[in-house]
Amino acid sequence: MYAIFVIFLFYAAGLLLSKVIGGLIPGNVLGMLLLFGALLAGWVKPEKMRTVASFITTHMALYFVPVGVGLMVTTRYFAGATVAIVVASAVSTVLVLVVTAWVQQILEKWKR
Amino acid sequence: MEAMNELFALQPFTLAFVIGIYLASVALYRRTRLGLLHPVLTSMLVIIGVLYVLDVDYEAFRQGSFLIDFMLGPSVVALGYVLYEQVRLIRRHLVSMLTAVSVGSLVGIVSVTLIARWLGADEQVVSSLQPKSVTTPIALGISERFGGIPPLTAVVVVVVGVFGAVVGPFVLDKTGVRSKIARGLAMGSSAHGGGTSRAIEMGAVEGAISGLSIGLMGVATALLMPLVRLFL
Repeated sequence: MYAIFVIFLFYAAGLLLSKVIGGLIPGNVLGMLLLFGALLAGWVKPEKMRTVASFITTHMALYFVPVGVGLMVTTRYFAGATVAIVVASAVSTVLVLVVTAWVQQILEKWKR
Repeated sequence: MEAMNELFALQPFTLAFVIGIYLASVALYRRTRLGLLHPVLTSMLVIIGVLYVLDVDYEAFRQGSFLIDFMLGPSVVALGYVLYEQVRLIRRHLVSMLTAVSVGSLVGIVSVTLIARWLGADEQVVSSLQPKSVTTPIALGISERFGGIPPLTAVVVVVVGVFGAVVGPFVLDKTGVRSKIARGLAMGSSAHGGGTSRAIEMGAVEGAISGLSIGLMGVATALLMPLVRLFL
């Protein structure tokens, strides 16, 4: 229960902070950063978080399913631009993958 | 059909329905090891098929599956703990990781914008695509803020997640990326939760770094979007 309380406490804090800064960064991301900071500062007991945190993050893929089902009612919005959407997304995703990995790998080697 | 809409608007029924199909999809994926049978993609298509055949309204399904949607928020918050577990590794590489994700985010926004425009997409579609590598809850916020179509963003983000999870390891192998940190970082930055689910299968380091990069990519993209849009 401690872990569930902590997660919702930081989620709520993140949502509030998000409102304060005009929605620039979504509340769940701020909640994540706040929880991370609180663990580093020793305000939250990490050993009590493990079970719940690993359970809900292991099955993250499930949480995308209902949003994805939205495909059944959204096709009319982009029917004419399907090729542009598919090509741009695919090429750009591979570019992000390769560029991020390479910048990271080069910086690691450079540091040594 | 009215009776079917009522059944699917019932949360216990739809939760069992979605989780059951998801578990079956996971079992199928584990048995076949085929990337194209990624559980998210399979479950999505099976559910759409069932709803279509039974003539269920999407709104009724939304109502019934609300709790699963809701879990997306707390699960992102819980990533803060996953992050903490790898804290020493992260501390040592924090500067390089922030640099790599920021460059990746910039390349992502600029490339998807230029390619989509070149292929004739209108600005609403372009705005919907710009946060494509960002996790759904953040991506929806960004899309809405800059005049995109959130439902389109939701679908593109999910498909990008599946696509990245499928092609990611292959592309990383082909381009000679061996660093576990670089591999995890690239999977999460390009394909958020989808990429992370695959990175967890690669190993503990890759999984944790990938989970971290979902957050970094979300923050980087949310901050870079207003700047990039000034120049594009």
